[in-house]
Amino acid sequence: MTLAPSAATPTRPAPGRVGSLHRRRVTGLVLCVLAVAVAVVCSLAFGSRVVGWSDVVAGVLHPDTDDIAQAAVQSRVPRTVLGLLVGAALGLAGAVMQGLTRNPLADPGLLGVSSGASLFVVLGIAWFGMSQLTQYIWVAFLGAALASLLVYAIGSMGREGATPLKLALAGAATSAALVSMVSMVLLTRTDVLDTFRFWQVGSLGRASFAEIGQVVPFLVVGAVLAVGCARGMDAIALGDEVATGLGQRLGLVRAVGATSTVLLCGAAVAIAGPIGFVGLVMPHLARRYTGPSHRWLLPYSAALGAALLLVADVVGRVVARPQEIEVGIVTALLGAPVFIAIIRRQKVRDL
Amino acid sequence: MTTVLDRPSSPGGAPEEAPGALVAAGRRTRTRRRRAVLTALAVLLLAVVVVTLCVGERTYSPLVVLRVLLGEQVPGASFTIGTLRTPRMLTGLLVGIGFGMGGVVFQTMLRNPLASPDIIGISAGSSAAAVVAITTFGLSGAALSGVAVVAGVAVAGAIYALSWRRGVQGARLILVGIAVGAMLDSVISYAMTRAGVYDANEALRWLTGSLNSAFWPVVGPLALATAVLVPALLVLSRHLAALQLGDDTAAALGVRPDRARLSLLLVAVALVAVATAAAGPIAFVAFLSGPIAHRLIRGTGSLLVPAALVGALLVLVGDFAGQHLLGSRFPVGVVTGVLGAPYLLWLLARTNRSGGSL
Repeated sequence: MTLAPSAATPTRPAPGRVGSLHRRRVTGLVLCVLAVAVAVVCSLAFGSRVVGWSDVVAGVLHPDTDDIAQAAVQSRVPRTVLGLLVGAALGLAGAVMQGLTRNPLADPGLLGVSSGASLFVVLGIAWFGMSQLTQYIWVAFLGAALASLLVYAIGSMGREGATPLKLALAGAATSAALVSMVSMVLLTRTDVLDTFRFWQVGSLGRASFAEIGQVVPFLVVGAVLAVGCARGMDAIALGDEVATGLGQRLGLVRAVGATSTVLLCGAAVAIAGPIGFVGLVMPHLARRYTGPSHRWLLPYSAALGAALLLVADVVGRVVARPQEIEVGIVTALLGAPVFIAIIRRQKVRDL
Repeated sequence: MTTVLDRPSSPGGAPEEAPGALVAAGRRTRTRRRRAVLTALAVLLLAVVVVTLCVGERTYSPLVVLRVLLGEQVPGASFTIGTLRTPRMLTGLLVGIGFGMGGVVFQTMLRNPLASPDIIGISAGSSAAAVVAITTFGLSGAALSGVAVVAGVAVAGAIYALSWRRGVQGARLILVGIAVGAMLDSVISYAMTRAGVYDANEALRWLTGSLNSAFWPVVGPLALATAVLVPALLVLSRHLAALQLGDDTAAALGVRPDRARLSLLLVAVALVAVATAAAGPIAFVAFLSGPIAHRLIRGTGSLLVPAALVGALLVLVGDFAGQHLLGSRFPVGVVTGVLGAPYLLWLLARTNRSGGSL
């Protein structure tokens, strides 16, 4: 019945081992950045059209070209940038959610954020005749924010405040309710169903730089807020009483953290659609190297999230040539087995 | 329907008269309450069944319904009631029983109200297989149901195997189930984006759960499977009560935990998969029946029968509302989803106030 906190095993290393832990963390971070760089190159180089390396370099360096291979490379630039941003945002958001709720299952999908955005987009299309991505962005953002607030409000009712189990329950219930309402609208409007089912699966392929520019401010603010409550989340990992005893203002930390996840997830869902498992898996993977310290965990999660999303996007483009498999499908298929492997390694007590 | 759970609190060997009498009195009160709740649920279910058969585009009197059910030919009514409403009602009834029982077995065994088959990927296995079968292979009818059942059982087996590590722990099973469910959901999404609009609409309707294709051919296999699986589950519920006390206690009571869990899981999964194959994964029924039954019964004894009654009620009332009360026609799964969710939120709010758990 209890979901024991995963980050709540603060194995403080013996003084002599602090140096080696620090070295390992730095090395790991360098590796993460390298992974991101490799993923970026792959994302530019591989796709439906096979291009040479010289075309990749030329396509990135010379924006106006007539060569079709270089044009193909150029068309991959915005989606690569988007992949970086969305992946990092989802990784960060997942880490913050897991830290705040002490819930290893916390994920934009599970806590109802994605389905909130979905419902509002469907309503926007069905009732207000929206058809532009620029319109969806704002509606989806609003939906994500409202759903998060609702879940957090319900989950934190009662004496003990927001316990992991209650949050998860509230998220699942809200999510199911929102999905049912989405179905209710879709079943009466076949035209909306046709538009929506393509949006419903997360994809990086539809973005332009103008649209990316619209979400960047939200992502930046969200990231800053996330980093700002890293120390507070370290304390929360020790339990609410201990955190209060250490002088943390729990309500403030939770509020700031929740705002950052709303901004990060809302913006990510708005521009790329619901993409699962990046936020769920990457913090687990990162924690194996960083330990429970959120000041390290957050940058790791962001970098790994970006790398995973780009690789997943490349896989989706390459596997089904000349068609594409949406990145949201690929992340679920790649992410779920990793997640299962992590679960199998952990002791039940830590789940 | 006495259970192992009651035994520790039984008055046997109590040295003084008063505590023993108190316990016995409490037990009598609980038994009375249980009996009253079960009777009320059964009466309510009967009433809903009668209303379902009588009311529709054309409303017939219960007398006409009875005449049709007894085999008499009544012009008009024989077709409407005999061919359309009765199989639909029976399917709803059986599917509700299946979801209610299957759901409560999962929730009780895994000791987590979140862990109903629709959350941990069991129903998703049947759904994914069905959607792929519809959109890719154009299957329908009995073949489609067969695929859904086999896939549901196979997915449950895979989840069980993946969470096996020197025995199966509930928490790990839930997590693996959620992961597998997410994978299957992405398969469903992929199939839907590749399908034509008509197919996608069908698939979506099937996905949310619906009794629209519930005619006599569906009822036969469903009734047969339910008739085998429900008694099996009732027999196995002894083990369920023992497992609730924890693996060690269960072993001390002579139950082999892993074997008992596996057999319970198998039967419950089969029940849920059969129901899903007949009517789709009707949202929230498996999830809600257990908690509602628990609220009504107030926590003593097996929840299997009350949950089955609640499940059947949910499906029948939801289907009736979706057909006749909401303006345009909605499949039952949409109604139970939309109606069920606020109830769960309310339940959660209540639970939070009282500080207990579901």
